[in-house]
Amino acid sequence: MYAQMVKSTGAAVKSLEEMEPQERAFQERIDAGEKIEPKDWMPEGYRKTLVRQISQHAHSEIVGQLPEGNWITRAPTLERKAILLAKVQDEAGHGLYLYCAAETLGVSRDELYEQLHSGKAKYSSIFNYPTLNWADIGAVGWLVDGAAIMNQVPLQRTSFGPYSRAMIRICKEESFHQRQGYDIMMKMAFGNEAQKRMAQDALNRFWWPALMMFGPSDKDSVHSAQSMAWKIKLNTNDELRQKFVDQTVPQAEYLGLTIPDETVKWNEERGHYDFADPDWAEFFEVIKGNGPCNKERLGARVKAWDDGAWFRDGLMAHAQKHALADAAE
Amino acid sequence: MKKEWPLWEVFIRGQHGLAHRHVGSLHAPDAEVALKSARDVYTRRNEGLSIWVVQANDITASSPSEKGPLFDPSQDKVYRHPTFFPMPEELKGL
Repeated sequence: MYAQMVKSTGAAVKSLEEMEPQERAFQERIDAGEKIEPKDWMPEGYRKTLVRQISQHAHSEIVGQLPEGNWITRAPTLERKAILLAKVQDEAGHGLYLYCAAETLGVSRDELYEQLHSGKAKYSSIFNYPTLNWADIGAVGWLVDGAAIMNQVPLQRTSFGPYSRAMIRICKEESFHQRQGYDIMMKMAFGNEAQKRMAQDALNRFWWPALMMFGPSDKDSVHSAQSMAWKIKLNTNDELRQKFVDQTVPQAEYLGLTIPDETVKWNEERGHYDFADPDWAEFFEVIKGNGPCNKERLGARVKAWDDGAWFRDGLMAHAQKHALADAAE
Repeated sequence: MKKEWPLWEVFIRGQHGLAHRHVGSLHAPDAEVALKSARDVYTRRNEGLSIWVVQANDITASSPSEKGPLFDPSQDKVYRHPTFFPMPEELKGL
């Protein structure tokens, strides 16, 4: 989701009997619900997969500021502007919590940034779609943060201590994001005809990309089994997607908006809504870098980093000069 | 010159007179910036009354693999717990 396509080892999950004693003891700790801490022994695959997953999640928070940042200067009222600023600031904070969690696994912040900036590391496909009208900011909070919460709540129980603690902090703050989004949607959907059209247009454009946030269908999700055995993934992609649809359809009905999928229908027998698959070909294209805004997003991120270099270096030089002066006293 | 800002660990004292508690970490060039950043990153919702920042390099941590020998000395001193001493049930105030 915020980490959609995390490659794990690619190998089949070993049974306890097949494991060496050290790995077996590790797996038994996870099975018993114990947290793994940074200095504990861990299989190399666990470490690598977690670095990929946590950093992908962090990158998504950071890049996720861009589509919303686009509207800070154009928010319709001062209050909306202040709220949006606070939300975008939270996203920066969430990125920082997660980078720190990833760094406990022995990767440096600069390496993580380098992976993002070079295009080697991924971030969520959702942020490669444009935010074209003010209702999009409502749709992002409602649908994108709503989908994020769906994934992040179970991750509070993930096996890696620092990741779990970061998720707990993030979840505490996330519900503000979703509610401010739905609040915008209510204002728009219950407003005049033009506002209502904007709300419907935003839903039409964000529905499918929001479904894609949960990652490919379970049958195409080759790395899930190992991640689930390690409890760094707690639910399958399809389980979470279904949960999201079940939660969102009544919320759209309340707004008087129509989900842009004619097959959406309550299935009495299953106890869930039926719905259609998003266009997976589009999803894989966006992941590969060919979405509507990939170049713009990464370009803006790299520019911000490069333009800030003199400032970061200046502060470091200042700190080192003062450390030397203090030492000489 | 190493360019990456050093890592700082952040500790916050919450509202109710409790001890400072570790909440996370951040990168900053010096202590002053670390404190200001800690305020922005970790106390956006009135989480704290006081912040400590410590350079991560300055922390010495025990190793989990040595937790056996490290904590062993306290294992066999059960008499440190009050329940070690059975008291007559009819007595009060013990």
